[in-house]
Amino acid sequence: MSGQGTRVREGLIFERSSPGRVGYQLPRLEVPLVDPAVTLGGSLRGEIDGLPEVSEVDVVRHFTRLSKWNYSVDEGLYPLGSCTMKYNPRINEELARLPGFAHLHPLQPADQVQGALALMWELEQALLAITGMARVTLQPAAGAQGELTGMLMIRRALEKRGERRRVVLIPDSAHGTNPASAVFAGFEVLEIASTPEGTLDVEAVRRAVAKGGVAALMATVPNTLGVFEPAIGEVAQILHDDGAFLYLDGANLNAFVGIASPGKMGADALHINLHKTFSTPHGGGGPGAGPVAVSAALEPYLPIPTVEREGDGFVLSYDRPESIGKVRGFYGNFAMLVRALAYIRSLGGDGLRAMAEGAVLAANYVRKGLEGDYHLPYQRPTLHEVVFDDSRQKPFGVTNVDIAKRLLDYGFHAPTMSFPLIVHGAMMIEPTESESLGELDAFIHAMREIAREARETPEVVRQAPESTPVQRLDEVRAARSPVLRWRR
Amino acid sequence: MHRYLAGEADRRAMLEAIGVASVEELFADIPAAVRVGELPLGPARSEDEVRREFWAYALRNTTPECAASFLGAGVYRHTVPAVADALLQRGEFFTAYTPYQPEVSQGTLQAIFEFQTFVCQLTEQDVANASLYDGATAVVEAVLLAGRVGGSRRRVVVAESLHPDYRRVLETYCSAQGMEVTPLPWDRAGMADVEALPRLVGEDVCAVVVQSPNVFGIVEPLAAVAEAARGCGALAVQAVAEATSLGLLVPGGRFGFDVVCGDLQAFGVPPAFGGPHVGFFAARERHLRQMPGRLVGETVDRAGRRAFVLTLATREQHIRRAKATSNICTNHGLVALYVAIVLSLLGKRGVRELAVASHSVAEFVKAGIGRSGKLALVFPGSPTYNEFLLRHDDPEGLLQRLRGQGILGGVPTTRLAPHLPPGVLIAATEQNTTDECLRLIAALEAVA
Repeated sequence: MSGQGTRVREGLIFERSSPGRVGYQLPRLEVPLVDPAVTLGGSLRGEIDGLPEVSEVDVVRHFTRLSKWNYSVDEGLYPLGSCTMKYNPRINEELARLPGFAHLHPLQPADQVQGALALMWELEQALLAITGMARVTLQPAAGAQGELTGMLMIRRALEKRGERRRVVLIPDSAHGTNPASAVFAGFEVLEIASTPEGTLDVEAVRRAVAKGGVAALMATVPNTLGVFEPAIGEVAQILHDDGAFLYLDGANLNAFVGIASPGKMGADALHINLHKTFSTPHGGGGPGAGPVAVSAALEPYLPIPTVEREGDGFVLSYDRPESIGKVRGFYGNFAMLVRALAYIRSLGGDGLRAMAEGAVLAANYVRKGLEGDYHLPYQRPTLHEVVFDDSRQKPFGVTNVDIAKRLLDYGFHAPTMSFPLIVHGAMMIEPTESESLGELDAFIHAMREIAREARETPEVVRQAPESTPVQRLDEVRAARSPVLRWRR
Repeated sequence: MHRYLAGEADRRAMLEAIGVASVEELFADIPAAVRVGELPLGPARSEDEVRREFWAYALRNTTPECAASFLGAGVYRHTVPAVADALLQRGEFFTAYTPYQPEVSQGTLQAIFEFQTFVCQLTEQDVANASLYDGATAVVEAVLLAGRVGGSRRRVVVAESLHPDYRRVLETYCSAQGMEVTPLPWDRAGMADVEALPRLVGEDVCAVVVQSPNVFGIVEPLAAVAEAARGCGALAVQAVAEATSLGLLVPGGRFGFDVVCGDLQAFGVPPAFGGPHVGFFAARERHLRQMPGRLVGETVDRAGRRAFVLTLATREQHIRRAKATSNICTNHGLVALYVAIVLSLLGKRGVRELAVASHSVAEFVKAGIGRSGKLALVFPGSPTYNEFLLRHDDPEGLLQRLRGQGILGGVPTTRLAPHLPPGVLIAATEQNTTDECLRLIAALEAVA
């Protein structure tokens, strides 16, 4: 440890260890202390090597110092495209921690958990209203698991019809989780090239379906360029006429809540990232929650259990003979469900629409503010996010990565980098509705300053960041000789 | 306007700059056929109104604190240090995302590096990842790893004493992968039947999976399981649902298990009606390139300072897409941080003291039940950590009668899975007072 204040260097917790320090005290044991050598014999282990010995104060200082090296939404605009880094309301945190939720054991008798089941029921009803679908499972732990769950239901529906369709069509602009989830659900992936406009190629879909064996198409709406897929209804028709299914990736649902409905688009399954559209915190990498809404055609295959009404109350029902089974333990990330419903209640119907409008407005404002300085590879109107590339900075030897790193010096997080894959040198910007005019202007100003620096003093951009707790890292070294844990 | 959104003047200025008269023009690409009218979700609500509604839900639940609780079966009540949640609620932690920009994410990265170290220490494994969703999906990822390593081996032998939820989730994933699950029965002691193992394994088996302590709370013969797996060229996988047991019990790593994985909820993570908890995954170094999920590695920055970064990402879905080792993207990073804080507080002494205390309380209850002539365990004499199975033909009826005396006596096996022997799984931890234990023993004797 060295340095001062917020710039203090902090070693690993294991390096703070000093013999005899403790950071806990357990309740006094009133029962006889058992000698585990007697009760457990050869299964008994000795002292665990390397665990730290630190005081409570040590722990508070350590993790508080670590926290100061993080950028976060609480600090400012966090424009990671397709991640929807919106404000995480504190009331949601307060409510999720109510003992009546946080302390609830998942295997308590049903009459003791009626409030929890009612809340899950209410969230399902709200998500149905928003998506226009037939039923929702709240079980998946994250978006990727939602994708897998949806694709497993599609697989089961096809099996039920006695069909062995193996191919899943996925546009080349899709998130990487789509092809991975399709493969883990037992399918093969056929990539569909986007049109020159960056949208789904309807004729390519038609040709692929005509070849036979297509189980489903996985599409993101609006797509990862932020562009609404104008032909989504037609694509759904092509798929349904053939007996195939439409899976919608709901990662970008924030763009059209209260404006349009996946049900009307012809979706058969859609996952909803509660940690994106519905404000549950991203937590430095989760936990999220990935409920899946399905059409009536897939309802018989929902994971068990579902929440059902019975008399005056609710039950967890396992009576679903065609179910795909379970995709995780118990019933889902319940504490995230609490937060999501609190958010939906806070905004109400009109507020949710205003949320989507605000997100689209902010993204278009950023687009307008930056299109004089950065190249926009696709010209179509965009909704909640916009993708620029670095082709106007490249001649000065400045890449998208350099721009991202310089943005850190200006006090902002970077956009999503080098994605979607159909844009070379991509910078995908999603400001979200949380940002006021002033915050957006500051971001636009920073981006424009960087564009100017790229022209005038490109080495400054290439050397960035200089003001962050650490400078650029040797990532090759990290991968070539991996050090993944501390050793004495 | 709404407290979470920009104001009217902001909106007008943005519209003007964009050059549109109304926000509706920005949605011109969305056809009328997919449009919706007003959402039937009521008006925007104040915090006070939202609080009122949610307090009403919460008050319709009865928390285990209202009774003497002996519930376990995968979710356990242990010491909850106030510090852990207080630190977790720092916005710098919970409102950040995946550390894609390491220069402004060193807090999350270092904490996860510490988490990975803790997991390696607890499991005696070489490498651990940055977390998975939960114990059930951790077992799935272990079996899928074994499938990749095993090539044409498509069968997995799974102890029937694995937590039934873990088993169900595993079957969901395996059926999609064309993998077959062969059950490994328990023997008369409630342990994986290692004598039956040679008959069940073979050249087509990629993994042997046992949970220890198993669903009956019994410590499994890990050495024999590892040997049988090795004998047929399969990977040995240990699942751990009650992670505080690792403070006392030799982990599979010592016996050459390829993967030790499970759930760390027991280290003070709120039960929260089943989630979020946190899955962990630790393996031998030779399996590193097949690991699922994110990994944080140590490196240096330009100035030569120690720093941490996401590494070996070429395994992951955002790079490898259809060929990724897992489809996981968002994991349970914040809960991993929470557990790292709890393990820091407990430290070398606390991890052991917690396990000894929990074990002692459970042994006290077990001995009390054993002294009664009327009550019997299903597997008497088998070594257990902090949970055991009471024999009873009508466990739900029995538990209902205990509730009348303010006792949540355990989890009925009938609620978990039909293949388990009928009875009550009783878990006791350092959170159960002696008075609660004595009341449970007396009540069981009175009503059984």
